[in-house]
Amino acid sequence: MPTLFGTPLRRKEDPRLITGHATYTDDIRLPGMLYAAILRSPHAHARIRSVDASEAVRAPGVVRVYTGRDLEGRLGPIPTAWLVPDADLKTPPHPALASERVRYAGDGVAMVVAESRAAARDALERIRVDYEPLPAVVDAEKAMEPGAPLVHEEVPGNLVLHWRAGNGAEAAERAIAQAEVVVRRRLRNQRLIPTAMEPRAAVAQYNPATGELTLWLTSQNPHIHRVLLSGALGVPEQKLRVVAPEVGGGFGSKIPFYPDEALVAFAARDLGRPVKWTEERSENCRATTHGRDHVQEVVLAGTRDGRITALRVRAVANLGAYLSTAAPGVPTILFGLITSGPYAIPHIDVEVFGVLTHTTPVEAYRGAGRPEATYLLERLVDLYAREIGMDPAELRRRNFIPAHRFPYETPTGLTYDSGNYERALEKALEALDYDGLRKEQEEARKRGRFLGIGLSSYVEICGLGPSKVAGAVGFQGGLWESAVVRVHPTGKVNVYIGSSPHGQGEETTFAQVVADELGVPVEDVEIVHGDTAQTPMGWGTYGSRTTPVGSGALALAARRVAEKARKIAAHMLEAAPEDLDFRDGAFQVRGVPERKATIQQVALQAYLAWNLPEGMEPALEASAFYDPSNFVYPFGTHVAVVEVEPATGQVKLLRYVAVDDPGRVINPLIVDGQVHGGVVQGIGQALWEGAVYDENGQLLTGSMMDYALPRAGFLPPIETYRTETPSPVNPLGVKGVGETGTIASTPAVVNAVMDALAPFGIDHLEMPLTPEKIWRAVREAEARKGGAAA
Amino acid sequence: MAELLERKRITVRVNGREVEDEVEVRTTLADWLREGLGLTGTHLGCEHGVCGACTVLVDGQAVRSCLMLAVQADGTEVRTVEGLAGPEGQLHPVQQAFLEHHALQCGFCTPGFLMTAVAFLEENPEPDEPSIREALSGNICRCTGYQPIVEAVADAAGRLRAPARAAG
Repeated sequence: MPTLFGTPLRRKEDPRLITGHATYTDDIRLPGMLYAAILRSPHAHARIRSVDASEAVRAPGVVRVYTGRDLEGRLGPIPTAWLVPDADLKTPPHPALASERVRYAGDGVAMVVAESRAAARDALERIRVDYEPLPAVVDAEKAMEPGAPLVHEEVPGNLVLHWRAGNGAEAAERAIAQAEVVVRRRLRNQRLIPTAMEPRAAVAQYNPATGELTLWLTSQNPHIHRVLLSGALGVPEQKLRVVAPEVGGGFGSKIPFYPDEALVAFAARDLGRPVKWTEERSENCRATTHGRDHVQEVVLAGTRDGRITALRVRAVANLGAYLSTAAPGVPTILFGLITSGPYAIPHIDVEVFGVLTHTTPVEAYRGAGRPEATYLLERLVDLYAREIGMDPAELRRRNFIPAHRFPYETPTGLTYDSGNYERALEKALEALDYDGLRKEQEEARKRGRFLGIGLSSYVEICGLGPSKVAGAVGFQGGLWESAVVRVHPTGKVNVYIGSSPHGQGEETTFAQVVADELGVPVEDVEIVHGDTAQTPMGWGTYGSRTTPVGSGALALAARRVAEKARKIAAHMLEAAPEDLDFRDGAFQVRGVPERKATIQQVALQAYLAWNLPEGMEPALEASAFYDPSNFVYPFGTHVAVVEVEPATGQVKLLRYVAVDDPGRVINPLIVDGQVHGGVVQGIGQALWEGAVYDENGQLLTGSMMDYALPRAGFLPPIETYRTETPSPVNPLGVKGVGETGTIASTPAVVNAVMDALAPFGIDHLEMPLTPEKIWRAVREAEARKGGAAA
Repeated sequence: MAELLERKRITVRVNGREVEDEVEVRTTLADWLREGLGLTGTHLGCEHGVCGACTVLVDGQAVRSCLMLAVQADGTEVRTVEGLAGPEGQLHPVQQAFLEHHALQCGFCTPGFLMTAVAFLEENPEPDEPSIREALSGNICRCTGYQPIVEAVADAAGRLRAPARAAG
């Protein structure tokens, strides 16, 4: 049977997307639709003395203005849904609109609903808010200091969580005290703005006769949004439909349950007319969640011959003004547990402080915790290599968990499923001609050219995950996935999945899997997702989980269908089910190839039900709910090659080699696409991106003019390679690949730049590595050298 | 207030069809296309001229429709992503190349890239890679890392040249 698994099939999604026939949330127009706009606080911290909307209410086209007071008792607070245990977690209330105090520049204060978008926006200017500005704190470490302004009065010291992981702080301390080599470093993992190209949007429609409310939403997880919205709004779940139509990128920023969509749904019900809200880009910068923002104190201990003996991490995570939906899990579970990376490290001690500040809430952003962990480890490993004068590739090799030790239990309590880290490293070095490149680097330095080679080996935790683990770590939901495979009477197939891809291509890859399992043409399979009224419950698309978890449900459901089809075929052919071969989409009696029934013929008989086996139910469909037994752990090694121009501080990326092991590959074209996109986002963090606040809490990077994103002209071709180590966890042996690029590439690039700057005695600079920063560091280094010589 | 001209009649040829409409003078070309004509294939990513998602062709030139008023398009010929495919739905060579090279993921920025590429290739039928990267640097894509887009545009250049050669 021709197999589609592993083939670079072109995407089924593309025709509608390249012709302008896709429907994103903002494309939806309903009869009688109103438009909402949200007034946002210009202050990072202020007491609201009064809100006067009387003039706005009288403005042309305005239907209604809501303030925080109007919502009291009618719209519940915005919940936090990852309640990490053993962390002394505080979850201060988050009202949908602030009525007493604003806590970041961008906090919602009022919402105008009007006949047109322009009328709604115009009316915002007519709302008079009397603010009493208060001192703000934007830096997490400063927020922890005694006397710092409090973001929420009920959270002393602004400390919302304090969490530890590892296999013993004292043992780690001892190992560090006794170590031959100790490398200490303070690292900053800067704040980022996810910047999905499609801004957030919501359209709500309420039917007063039936009490049904439909919300079209830019969502990565419509089923989670439905549950949370049902709670906040008091609409029973069976009357609530959440639809994620075409979604223009999320990267974590479309996971959370925001006040804005709750407000839109509330207004549609209250006014009895459809309401649409679409954020502007500047709102997206200020009021859509940010990512990262850690300060890390890291200590790595080891021997003179390059064996890591202990790692200690103390991280301060800035979580912004409110605890967003999944925020507490990001700097803890998704960060602290993976700090051992691909290395066999005997002792690990991680301590995390989660801190509130007067800034935009911080959430998952592509990689979510794992880039922060990989960055600190890969940076420290390079510093360690430099300290003991060992080649960084050799140092990594010496510390990798060897291939024969899987499944491997980490000191933080994870069990890595499968891996061969050295093979991925060797493949990267070979692709690069590493030794040749090192010689070239040496030659170049003699001629005053500064090349740098930066390695980054990673392992990540994804495919979230076993539900009992989700429960144990406080995630307020399950993490299984679902699929319904429905073969229609004509043999055409619809598959309904609970997760909600938005660009990752599962309409294609999942169709490949089903077409293989059922022996039908891939054109005959359509994947339906994103609509709670059509699809079974599922937990959404994030944490690189749709393929590893969703495909488990998919394979099980498809195999159930095939099994039933075999029984029907056997009955039709008057043979025993076990005497049938299934090939090329047909069941045939073994040894009598002319006696056969195609899957399409079987499907028709299943629906006609004139002559089914005794006791068999009609129709041909099956559902499956798949809860994985473990997470999956993709891994690999990435290498960046750069040239730094000391006179200008400019970094030029010369080459980028990525070797990833995402388990078995369903569609190499799509896997490459995920790697490419992830790598470039990670390069963006290393070189250009960074959200900047002034000391008063004003976001200085509040538009695309100010927040530097990667562009086509900044980048070299990215060379992708793979190894394939199947995961033993799920039926198809797959792992996730949506975040590997972002996790791996940031330290690869920073390590490369530091390698280039080694002749200047520079071993670390904070991201983003802008020309100015590098130029200053080089000048200071030369001044030091000059001073020493004098 | 009364003296201010608030609405104006315009006539624009959109995707080959003449359209007459009365628009608020402050309406951008993008909003008019999307809301006035229902051509929602043109997307708004930033509304301040940086991301390029809203790029359309005005008299053959790639233009950011969020930075242009609908009244400024009066008397022009506008082409949007909906006007790229042929009358029978056959894809434009640039669209075909995007599909073949997996040059899109979420698809939101794609219409802007397609229109930018169409205008670019009309003026530069034989571009090299650096010039393609340069030409695309005014458009932001957050999903693909650009490389497949660059490859698609290079491929599309070849596809566009081929029929010309055949005809010659």
